[in-house]
Order: sequence, then C-alpha cells, then structure tokens
Amino acid sequence: MSRIVRVISWLYAIAVYGFIFLPVVVLVLFSLQATSFPIPPFTGPSLRWYDAVLSDTRLTSALVNSLLVASISSLAAATLGFLSAWGFARFVLPGSGLLRGLITLPLTVSYLIIGMGLLVLFNWAGLPKSLLAAGIGHVVINLPLCFAIIYSQMGDHQINIERAARDLGAPEWKVLLLITVPVMAPAIFAGFFLSMTFSWDEFVISFLLTRFDTTLPVEIWNLLRSGLNPKTNAVGSLVFAVSIVLVVLFELTLLRRRKA
Amino acid sequence: MTAPLVDIRSVSHRFGQHTVLKDVSLQIEPGSYTILLGPSGSGKTTLLSILGGFVTPSEGKVFIRGEDCTSVPPAKRPTTTVFQDYALFPHMSVGSNVGFGLRMQGVDGATRAAKARAALALVGLAAAFDKKPHQLSGGQRQRVALARALVIEPAVLLLDEPLGALDLKLRRQMQDELKAIQKRVGTAFIHVTHDQEEAMALADHCVVMNDGRIEDEGPPERVYARPATRFSATFMGESTILAGTVTEAGDRTGTVATPVGPVSVPGALPVGSGVVLAIRPEHLVLGTAAGSVKLGTARVSDIVFQGSFKRVLAVSVEDPSLHFIARLPATATVRPGDTVAVSCDTDQIILLTD
Repeated sequence: MSRIVRVISWLYAIAVYGFIFLPVVVLVLFSLQATSFPIPPFTGPSLRWYDAVLSDTRLTSALVNSLLVASISSLAAATLGFLSAWGFARFVLPGSGLLRGLITLPLTVSYLIIGMGLLVLFNWAGLPKSLLAAGIGHVVINLPLCFAIIYSQMGDHQINIERAARDLGAPEWKVLLLITVPVMAPAIFAGFFLSMTFSWDEFVISFLLTRFDTTLPVEIWNLLRSGLNPKTNAVGSLVFAVSIVLVVLFELTLLRRRKA
Repeated sequence: MTAPLVDIRSVSHRFGQHTVLKDVSLQIEPGSYTILLGPSGSGKTTLLSILGGFVTPSEGKVFIRGEDCTSVPPAKRPTTTVFQDYALFPHMSVGSNVGFGLRMQGVDGATRAAKARAALALVGLAAAFDKKPHQLSGGQRQRVALARALVIEPAVLLLDEPLGALDLKLRRQMQDELKAIQKRVGTAFIHVTHDQEEAMALADHCVVMNDGRIEDEGPPERVYARPATRFSATFMGESTILAGTVTEAGDRTGTVATPVGPVSVPGALPVGSGVVLAIRPEHLVLGTAAGSVKLGTARVSDIVFQGSFKRVLAVSVEDPSLHFIARLPATATVRPGDTVAVSCDTDQIILLTD
C-alpha cells in the first residue's frame, strides 16, 4: 500500500515539475537547433542562432537597455523601499496600518492597469514614451516588493542598536548610513535582486511606455510577430539564464541572512 | 558640599493613560555607584531612559552637571548607556564597536584605536580587538558594551539590567568586576536591576522603587537594617511582617498589640496608631533560647537547606495568617511539623508606619 502511495507521489512530483519546466527545456533545446525551424526533429547542437542574436544590434542594444532599466529602477526601488520600511518601523505615524496597506497595494494590481494608468499620467504630464518612463513604471511595481521584504526583516533588536549609535553621538544620517543600512544589507540586497528579476523580464509596462529605444522582452515580442525561429529561442534562453542568476543571488542573500 | 552630578526634580511620566513615574526626585553624587532596585513595572527602567535621553518626561526636570538636560537628545548629553541586550554593532569588529563613539567625535583613527585598546584592556578583553561580536560569549559582549560606553568618558554611565542575560556564576563574577571597574574609572554608574543581592553587593547608594515611586534610598546597609517602608523591608531581603496597634507609648519605647500578644518596640508612636513590625530572618530565634520579646509559638512548615544556613518557614499557632521566615545555622535540628517558641530582641524589630 505504502509502496503504491510512494510511486504515485513520485509520479505526481515528476508531472508537476515537468509541467513547470518542460516548456523551458524545449525552448532551450531548440535554441541549439542547426536548421531554420524550432520543431522536431532536433538537428543540433549548434550555436549559430546565439551568434545571430549577438550580431543583431537591435537585440543587443535592447539587452543593454534592459540591464540599465533593471539595475537603475531596482536601485531606486530598494532605496525607496528601505527608507519607507525604516520610517514605518521606527516612527509612530498617524494611520500607519492604512498607509502600509496602501504602499503594498500595487502588488495586487495588474501590470496592465498600472501601465495604462502611467501612460495616461505621463501623457498628461508631458513625459514622452521612453526607457525613463518604463523605469519609473518598474519602480512602481517593485517598490512595494522591496518595502515588504525589508520591513519584514526590521526587528526590535535593531532599535537598540540604533539607539546605542545615537547614544554614542551619531547624528541621524550617520545612524542610517553606518548602522541601519549595513545591518539590513541582506534584506536590501534581496529586495534589489528580486526587483532586478521582475524588471528584467517585465513586458506589459515596457511595451506601453517605450517607443524607439525599448527593452529586451518588447524586442522579443517584435521578433515573434514575424513567426517562430530558433533565434527567438536563443534570445529567450539568454533571458532565462540571466533570470536564474538573479534569483540565485536573491536566494543566497536571504539564506545568508537566516544563518547569521 | 558640591552640587549633585545628577539632579532629578519632580519627574513624572505617563505612557498614554498609564502613569509609570509619580513625582520622582533623586540626586546622584559624582563617583557613586547607584542602584535602582525594584520589581518589573516599578518605573526604574523608564527613569533610566529619561536619564539617557531616550524618553522625555511628561513633567519635571533633569539636570546633569548643573545643566538642564530634560529634552537634550542622547547624542548630546554626557551619558552613555549599556543596554540589556548589549546592542553591539554586529557588522563591525570589536575594536570598531568600541571606537564608534570617538569616531563620531571626529577623533583620528590612530588615537581611536589606541583608546579603544586601552578600554578593552580595562575590561580584560585586550585580545578581542579584531574579533566580531558574534565570536564572543555573552559575558565578553557585556564587557565590550561596557568598554564602548566608557571610552568616550561620560559623566554618567547608565546600565540597564546589565547582568540580566548572564548565568548566575558569571553574574556574580561580572558583579565584582563592575564594582572594580567603577572604582578604577571613577565615573558615576547608575545601574538598574531587580536582583536585591546584586543591589547590596554593588551599591554605594541604593534606590528602592515600587509602582513609580521611590520607596527608600540610602546606603544598602541602612536600607537593609532600617528599611523605610514595608515594601523595602520585603523587597530588599526578606522579613517577617507583623501588623498591630500601639497601646502604650513611652519615651524611647512603646508597646504594640499584635495577634501574638503585646510586643515592646524601639521608638515611640502615638497610642492607637496602626503600625507594621518587620523582623529580619537572622534575628528571629526559634526554640528554647528565647529572646526578650515573645512572639508566641509556631509550627514549622518548610525547611530549605541553603548550604551555609537553613531557611525555615513557620506558621504562627496563634494567628495562622502570620508566616515567620527565619534563618538558622546549617546544624540546626528543626524538622517540618515541630512546634517551636518564637522570639527576638527588641532592638532588632523594625517599626514601620502602615
């Protein structure tokens, strides 16, 4: 009986992981296709489509744009998230619970709604469609995330550490810079890397808010409009690889935090 | 007589509706070791936070070295605090922790390191300079916190239950060291604790607090031998408490009617006034070797062997609500269930107004 249960649970696990990862495996596999169509039979392995991606200036400049938007918007989101978390954790504010709820609300709103809202707002404010606009959009979606991660790690123990610094003569900005930021560094980095991950493959907001210079997911979408070919698989695999690196960095920083 | 180093004038404090300090006044002399002793909720920690500048009192003033410091922030007042959880900076080395206060004063790196090393040597941790706080034991972190607070030469050092997190043996050892360090540096220490043994061992000046008020203050010997209130008679050491009414008042002595009969007491109070008599455990005599004041008979309910002595609990036969607490030599042969005569000397009775 227990044997059957074990076999079934193994089968179930394989089915679940297969369901999640099979599309990615297929994507990566056919990015190594030697011929012109990403359909069976597999003719590779060959790196010719990666070569094609890296010699396509539209794709490489989009890749650079994506990296820029991701790192700068994540830096802004982590900084603002940290400051708001610190404010909520250390000061008694009127309507603190309500304000905390409001700051995390964008997590529940669809990117499409946020993107459309920003489109209307920027139009009205006279800010043209650009990487800057998309970057601001990414700050809007990632700030609540950074806030939630950093706020959850701000414990009461750090209150006394900050007090000790103040007691020894540190002005408030030095307390923040020399004590709070280093002590909170794991949570801040975790927020930063998770924001990078989300910004890196975000499509809807970038699609709505950029025009000439655009990010990699939007460029891939442009590519897809002319039909499937192994080049889209290759660039998709690159995006996936970078995401994995970012997620691993995120996990590592959180893990180190728990051990300490 | 010079002005007091710290002068707390009529300080009251409320957290919301709850009053935690009620019109507290206290003066602290330079170079003294002051203990604020009281149970949790007595307001002792709040008083320390007010001295440190972390809390601004609702009413009253705090003067340090003659200056009004009532609402001066912690960074700008001549006090430093040793926190109960030590509050060391986990990302800095021990040396940088100790040098932090000097760094904030703009002292250059070399001087800072030299002073930090000297402060660590003072607390017996010269070798820990390059270590990180998490590599140290609880007692060592405690010393680092002490060195960090002392290195900037505060006028007053505030210690918030500094030994609370240590085990008993380490606690007694650190207790001796604290006293030695205080004598060496000569800084005034103000130390909060709920441990009366710690208070008696360390204090030059002992302040007993209860329910937001100062119940008693003075040298620990005086507070123990002649407590001013019923609370301090039971909190600073144990006492047997007898309630009664004055029936006769002489010149220097009086007689008090108690449930165990008339008791003559030192000191005179008006006839008819209610009083409380407190007797320290070491002054109660059980058995035949009777003192001058008879306190009836009692049935021994419990004996606790404590090594050098036996702590004996006995219930009065005349008044079962009266519990005697006595301290007998370790060789005493009483047993639970024995009925013994209880007595003491007139001089040893502490007379308290109720």
